[in-house]
Amino acid sequence: MYKKMLPLLLALPLLFFITSCSEYTGSKGGPQAISGVADAASKVYVPPGKYDEFYLFTSGGFNGQMGVYGLPSGRLFRVIPVFSVDAEKGYGFSEETKSLLMTSYGFMPWDDAHHPELSQTDGITDGRWIFINGNNTPRIARIDLSTFETVETIEIPNSAGNHGSPFTTQNTEYVIASTRFSVPIPQADISTKDFATRYKGTITMLKVDPNTGEMSIHFQILCPGFDYDKAHCGKGPSHGWAFFTSYNTEQAGTLKEIEASQNDKDYIAAVNWKKAAEYIDAGKGEEMTVTYYHNIMDEATQTATSRVIKSVKVLDPLKYEGIIYYLPTPKSPHGVDVDPSGEYIVGNGKLSTDLTVHSTTRMLKAIENKAYEKVIDGIPVLKYDEIVAGVVKQPGLGPLHTEFDEKGNAYTSFFISSEIVKWKLGTWEILDRIPTYYSIGHLCVPGGDSRKPWGKYVIALNKITKDRYLPTGPELTQSAQLIDISGEKMQLLLDFPTVGEPHYAQAIPADKVMPRTKKFYKLEENKHPHAIKSEDEAKVVRDGKIVHVYMASIRSHFTPDNIEGIRVGDEVYFHVTNMEQDWDVPHGFAIMGAQNAELLIMPGQTRTLKWIPQNTGVYPFYCTDFCSALHQEMQGYVVVSPQGSNKPLKWWTGSDNAL
Amino acid sequence: MHIQSTFTFISSLGLMLMASAFFNGCGGNNESPTQKLQAPAAVAEDEEEEETHSTGKATETAGASVYDNWYTNKGIGPVKNLTLSAEIDQALAAEGEKIFKEKCTSCHKPDKRFIGPAPKGVLERRTPEWVMNMILNPEKMVKEDPIAKQLLLDYNLSPMANQNLTEEEARKVLEYFRTL
Ligand SMILES: [Cu+2]
Repeated sequence: MYKKMLPLLLALPLLFFITSCSEYTGSKGGPQAISGVADAASKVYVPPGKYDEFYLFTSGGFNGQMGVYGLPSGRLFRVIPVFSVDAEKGYGFSEETKSLLMTSYGFMPWDDAHHPELSQTDGITDGRWIFINGNNTPRIARIDLSTFETVETIEIPNSAGNHGSPFTTQNTEYVIASTRFSVPIPQADISTKDFATRYKGTITMLKVDPNTGEMSIHFQILCPGFDYDKAHCGKGPSHGWAFFTSYNTEQAGTLKEIEASQNDKDYIAAVNWKKAAEYIDAGKGEEMTVTYYHNIMDEATQTATSRVIKSVKVLDPLKYEGIIYYLPTPKSPHGVDVDPSGEYIVGNGKLSTDLTVHSTTRMLKAIENKAYEKVIDGIPVLKYDEIVAGVVKQPGLGPLHTEFDEKGNAYTSFFISSEIVKWKLGTWEILDRIPTYYSIGHLCVPGGDSRKPWGKYVIALNKITKDRYLPTGPELTQSAQLIDISGEKMQLLLDFPTVGEPHYAQAIPADKVMPRTKKFYKLEENKHPHAIKSEDEAKVVRDGKIVHVYMASIRSHFTPDNIEGIRVGDEVYFHVTNMEQDWDVPHGFAIMGAQNAELLIMPGQTRTLKWIPQNTGVYPFYCTDFCSALHQEMQGYVVVSPQGSNKPLKWWTGSDNAL
Repeated sequence: MHIQSTFTFISSLGLMLMASAFFNGCGGNNESPTQKLQAPAAVAEDEEEEETHSTGKATETAGASVYDNWYTNKGIGPVKNLTLSAEIDQALAAEGEKIFKEKCTSCHKPDKRFIGPAPKGVLERRTPEWVMNMILNPEKMVKEDPIAKQLLLDYNLSPMANQNLTEEEARKVLEYFRTL
C-alpha cells in the first residue's frame, strides 16, 4: 500500500537532488543513469518499522564472515562470524567458540569465504541452514538460521583451496566440494615440474543429516591434477549428478595466466554421486590416512567441541567405473549452473565469446552410447557434439555465472564488459542487457539456483566501485546492485555498499526464515557445565591457580559484582550466564586488561572469558552492550592481590546481600 | 509489509489460544468455593510501606496516590479476570517458587525491597490480574498502567524485565506469592 503513496513523497527531494548535484558529483553511473529515479526509489523504500521482503546472505570474501541484508532496501542487519574471529561478539575468543576455528593447521582465525548456499527441500530453499566455504584453509561451515550463528565447521582433507563448494543437492542429502589447486595427494615435496604426473585434485561429498544438519565426509573422488573451480548440483532429471568446472587442463605448474589458457576446451566434470555413494555403501574405495577437524557447537551445552578424524574413503575413477565423466566446454569455464528444470547445464567459458549449454538428456544418452572422445585417468571425455543443447552467441565478454527466473529466462554476469545479459533457455536468444558498476562477479536471483526462483530481482555482486560512492582512500567500499527483473526490461534500482567482498550471495523470502527465529535461549535448557540458573548459585571457586567465576547478568547488575582474593597470575575464567529471557537483550562482559576480547552473551546463554591478571590492583568489569537506563551502573570490581597472598576468596553483590 | 501483519496475527492468535486454554483449564478446576478480593480496608499501611521506600516524591505522600485505587486496577495484559481459590494450592506454589528462584530473584527478594519490590503480601496491595499482567506484559504496563508507571519512578527507573513466562508459569508464581 505504501508503495502507491511513495512516488509522490519522494519525487520532490529526488528531483532537487538531480538538478542540484549532478554537475559536481562527477559520477559516471550516478542517479542520472537511472531512468525514473523516483520510481526506482519507491521500489526499494521500506518505511520505518516495516520489514524487507527477502533476506540476502552475502559472503564476506576475505573477511571470512557472512553479511545479512534486507531486500529490496539493501540495509545491513548483521554480520555473522564464520571463519574469522570477531571481537564484537567474542567469536573465536570465548572459550565456548574457540573450537569452531580449530583445524589440522591449528587455530585458524581467518579465511576467505566465497559461496553461501541455502539448504533445500525438494529443490526449493527451505530456510533451515546456510552453508559457506573457506577457501584458504579448506573448510565448510553451517549456520543455523534460527539463531544466525555458526554451529558447525568441518575441514576438507586432501584439498588445497576449497573453491567449488559448498553446493547442495536437491534435498540437502549432500553438500559438495572441490579443490581449486591440485597438489600431491598425499602431500609430499614434489616439484611443480612434475605437476602433470604427480599432482591430483579431489572432489568431496559431505553427507548432511536431514534432522540436525550435521555434516560428515562420506567420500572423496581422486581426479586428474586440474584446477577445479566452481560447482553446482543437478536437480530433477540431473538429480544424482554434480557438476564441477575445471581449468588448467594443460596441467601447468607456473605462469598459469598464459600456460593454463592454451586449450580451446576444458572440462566440466559430471559426477554421478549416487553411483559413487553406492560403491562406498558396498564397502568399496580405499581408506586413506588423513587428519582433519570436525567442530560442532552443542546448543544444549552452548560449547563447541572438536573431533579429530584420521581417515577418509577415496574412490579412484581408474578402479570404479561410471562415477565421473568430462563434458568438454570452451574455454576455461568458470561458472557451471543448472537451470530450474534440471535439464540444462550452463558452462561459462570465461575466455570464450559464447556460452555453452549442455543437455542432461543428451549427456545421459552419450554415456549410454559410450560416445567418448578419449579417456583421461579412467575418466571418459564425452563427445562435445553429442551433449551440447545450444550456444548463446556472443552475449558479452568474460561470462562468469548464470542464475535463472521462473519464466525460462537466464541471467549471465560478464566480468570484462561489466553487464548482466538476459537470455532465453531453449531459443538461446538474447533478450536484454544492463550495465553493472563495475566488474561483476557472481549474481543472485532469490532461489535462482534452485527449482523455484523468485524472479523479482537480480543482485549484481561487483568487484570494483570506482566513482560510485564518496571516496575512502585507495580502497573503496565493496558493493552490490539491485536490479528489478519483474518486467521485460531490467531496471537498476539501488547500489548498496557491502562488507568484505560480496563474492556470492543467496536470497530467500523472509517468511521462510522468520517463523523459525529463536528469540532467546531457554535458561532451563542451558546445559552449559558452568551455567548458573539463579543468582544464588553465583560463586567463585579456586582450584590451585585456576579460578572459576560463576556469574549472572541481568538488567542492570552482575552477581557477584565484587570479587576479592584473586592473585596475580591466576587463570581466571568468568562464566557469565545472561539470566534474561527476553528478545534482543544480550549483555556484554569486559574487564580491564583482557588480552582476548569482550563477551557478548545472548539471553539464556553462558559464555566464558579467560583472564590472567598481571598486576595487583583493582580491575573494573562492565557490560558492553547498552541494555537499560542503568547500563552505566552495570559494573563491578575484581581486587587482585600479589602472587602468594593469603587473602581469602570473597564475593558479594549489594552491601547487605553478601552471598 | 504483509509478512509482518501475518506475524502479528499469528502470534496474537497463539496468545488468544493459550489464554483461553488457560482460563478454561482454571474454570474447570474452580468448583471449590472461591475467595473474593480482599476489601480495601487494610490497604493504607501497605502503601505507607511502599512510600517509605520511594524516592520521596512529595506528591505521593500527599493523600491521593495512584496506589489508592489498586483494587479496581487489573492492569493491562492478557489476564482479564482471575478468581483465586480460598485454599492455597501448595503444589502449584512449589512450582511457582522454583520458577521465581530461577527467573525473578535477580531483581526480587521475597520479603525485602531489592532492584524491584518484594512480592510478600502483594495481593494485599494489587489485584491478582494486575500481578499476572505485570509479569506477562511489563513493557506495556510501565508505559500505560498508572501503578506500574509510578513504581518505575519509585524503583530508580529500573523497568521490569520481560522474562517471557508463560501464563501458566506466571499463575504458579502468583500462587507462590500467596504463601509469602
Ligand atoms: Cu547490560
